[in-house]
Amino acid sequence: MLQETASRTMPREHAEARAITKPSNLGKAGLRALLHLLLIIGAIIMATPFLWMILTSLKTNAQAFSIPPTWIPNPFVWQNYVQSLQALPFGLAYVNTTYITLIVVASTLITCSMAGYSFARIRFPGRGILFVVFLATLMIPFQLTIIPQFIIMTKLGWIDSHLALIAPAALFNAFGVFLMRQFIRGIPIELEEAALVDGANRWTVFWRIILPLLKAPMAALGILTFMGTWNNFFNALIYLNTPELFTVQMMLNQFRGQYNTEWTLVMAGSVIAVLPILIVYVILQRQIIQGIALTGLKA
Amino acid sequence: MEYQAQAGQLASPKAISSKSNTRRRRVSDALWGYVFILPQFVGLLVFAFIPLVAVFYLSMVSWDGLGSIQFVGFKNFIDQFTSDDLHIALTNTFIYTIISVPGGIIVSLLLALGVNRVRGKDIYRLLYFMPQVTSPVAIAVIWLWLLNNDFGLINVLLKSWFHIQGPGWLTDDHLVIPSIAIVSIWASVGFNMIIFLAGLQGIPDTYAEAARIDGANRFQLFWRVTLPLLSPTLFFATVIAIIGSFQVFDLIYVLTAGGPGKDSYVMVYHLYHLAFEQFTFGPASAAAVILFGLILIFTLIQFTLQRYWVHYES
Repeated sequence: MLQETASRTMPREHAEARAITKPSNLGKAGLRALLHLLLIIGAIIMATPFLWMILTSLKTNAQAFSIPPTWIPNPFVWQNYVQSLQALPFGLAYVNTTYITLIVVASTLITCSMAGYSFARIRFPGRGILFVVFLATLMIPFQLTIIPQFIIMTKLGWIDSHLALIAPAALFNAFGVFLMRQFIRGIPIELEEAALVDGANRWTVFWRIILPLLKAPMAALGILTFMGTWNNFFNALIYLNTPELFTVQMMLNQFRGQYNTEWTLVMAGSVIAVLPILIVYVILQRQIIQGIALTGLKA
Repeated sequence: MEYQAQAGQLASPKAISSKSNTRRRRVSDALWGYVFILPQFVGLLVFAFIPLVAVFYLSMVSWDGLGSIQFVGFKNFIDQFTSDDLHIALTNTFIYTIISVPGGIIVSLLLALGVNRVRGKDIYRLLYFMPQVTSPVAIAVIWLWLLNNDFGLINVLLKSWFHIQGPGWLTDDHLVIPSIAIVSIWASVGFNMIIFLAGLQGIPDTYAEAARIDGANRFQLFWRVTLPLLSPTLFFATVIAIIGSFQVFDLIYVLTAGGPGKDSYVMVYHLYHLAFEQFTFGPASAAAVILFGLILIFTLIQFTLQRYWVHYES
């Protein structure tokens, strides 16, 4: 790859020097093939657990526990899925997780954009210090605050309710605030100034002018928040006790515990738990990976 | 309507520079500023600031959340530092970190270097990153089945291809943490690979070209050019990885529940056990403070050491 770039950017004389140091074609092709082979082996190692999960979910017990392993189930036991859904209220867990996630994502996007706009554009006393405080909280591991948070929830009477899961995530996301502020700073200020001079207030400016321009960071933040909320386990574990309130992750864990020898059913349950995120991932992979890389590079 | 009239007024230089107008606008602007940050500020206060202060206070009391609070000073800390459970948790966490962090970084670095040079980058990225979007619970459940002693794919393959009885990956005292570390590496390799890919793509080709003209071979190119230029990314990835490995919980809870016995009992499990199984919030808070202190110390150490090996472009 470097060779190709070089031939585009370097003058003719250097091309000859390059040719001298170029290894023989055969050796290079061999190395490249080896590289591909290793990468493919790696890809197989990555994919096999998922494939095995799906395959097992469609086997009979006999085939799932066979030695040597049965690779392709024959026949496809779709009944496993029906049984899984009937064994534990997965459907209910789905509903719970979906609406919790939607509320959290919507609230995060709006409150972080608002706060980001304020920090980026509006001058108010204490703005500098407050923003630093927000940033500082990024260094706090959640284990430090979860115990008092739990006690606060107890005092509020929110234990064993979805509010305990929604409120902290919906109202506090320092990273989101940071992300939005950085992005909004990049928006040309003339747009707002024109509107402000025309007599619009900040609220109108925010909704009519700024928000439509925030599609990219909101997509990134939205996806990250969606994934984080959907996959969350610790908070659900400590706050929820009634099975009817369980999230998908808790239901899956419960399944594993209760049906721990019925691996075909447990695998079906896993597929049920994992499928929505995988579908979203395959469709939105570029945005997801970009969003996460953005996290890393910004930090 | 009235905006038009106001616009006319505001547009005139006299109106803009009038002192009372400016002050009024600045005050109303400041108010808007507060309104906009209000939700997040409330969140910060209730879910970050107050708990942060509270945890230090809680670490010095004895309380079960219901009864009376008793101030006990540093007793919780002393108890923790002398408790076997904490020692076990610390040891297990360290072993887990030592295996999973270098292992994970090296594997993802090699993968990034490889994927960077081939076509089909997108497909590789899709596959390698897939575990990152799946929940730790699902990953644990999948691997519980894969590592099952008698019928898991690994041991079944060992038996049918090589005729060896595979070990108890998650049931053997000495294998359980390495096994969990390997699952963790499998799960996180995609994340680090993306980070390194971004870092690699940030290295201008001119460096590599200059080195090649000077006759550097592939190996020298890597050690003398690529690696130093990648060191900021490497540093970042390492810091994040270590912080993450100190905080591992979900995976272990579902895989082994800290077992067998206490063989995979890590720091956050210890915290969970003290706070949410025994409801002894005092010792639990002390443990949380200790964990935080450890993370802080190790991060500071890394930041201090970075001048010895991290090259930043001036």
